[in-house]
Amino acid sequence: MSETTEDVLVDARELMCPMPVMAATKAARRLEPGQLMKVMATDKGALSDIPAWAEANNHEVTSTSEEGSDLVFMIRIGEPD
Amino acid sequence: MSAEPMTTDFSQLTEDDVRRIVKEELGTALKKDPGMKTGAIVASKGTLDWAYPPLILASAAAAVGMDVGIFFTFYGLNIIHKDYEKKLKVDAVGNPAMPMPVQMPDLVTAMPGMVSVASRMMKKRFADHKVATISEMLDTCREMDVRFIACQMTVDVFGYEQSDFIEGVEFGGAAAFMADARKSNMTLFI
Repeated sequence: MSETTEDVLVDARELMCPMPVMAATKAARRLEPGQLMKVMATDKGALSDIPAWAEANNHEVTSTSEEGSDLVFMIRIGEPD
Repeated sequence: MSAEPMTTDFSQLTEDDVRRIVKEELGTALKKDPGMKTGAIVASKGTLDWAYPPLILASAAAAVGMDVGIFFTFYGLNIIHKDYEKKLKVDAVGNPAMPMPVQMPDLVTAMPGMVSVASRMMKKRFADHKVATISEMLDTCREMDVRFIACQMTVDVFGYEQSDFIEGVEFGGAAAFMADARKSNMTLFI
């Protein structure tokens, strides 16, 4: 399990709220705790939505960055409550 | 039956110890508060613009780990009716909040056919911005295990049958809704 290469990429670019979080949820369901998910979005709302979603589900946002108009989130899947 | 020996010597506990233990236990209990894990939304409006909020909010609530039910009542039944594509419309008449490309007085927007025009304009605007369609939102809610409950009373009053509604709709009354809603910290009337 690499520290920087994601186990799954969720490309939610061009999708508007609430779809980036929905896509992240669906992908997270198929992952194990400790795995890394990369979420890409263009919806500016994702800047608040993705961290809030991660916190509510015990996942950790390990990094947030912008690549041009794309928002990129690296998320470490957490243990379920 | 023998009693388990006490492992804590309570005579050694100070008031600070007790306060700390109580605080920890309360913190743990609050984190497991079932009220935070359930939500109830009433959807009472049946126009296209009002169809989005209950579906988006319900799926967002489900995404943060809540068990959510939407209670569709009165015109909100339009959203879960099999013919929702046709039923969900939007009207510019008497709707000063509705953004129009050109200012039009109510006399014009009340003309026959203008409801279809306004509805098509709104759908197109949403599509251009890549917002999910109502159909996609209903599917998303289903995938997120959002419960759909139709108000039996208004189903009857409007002359509908249970078979007029989309798959996965339960039927209930106000008391059933309240029995669930009282357990939720989040209740929204839309």
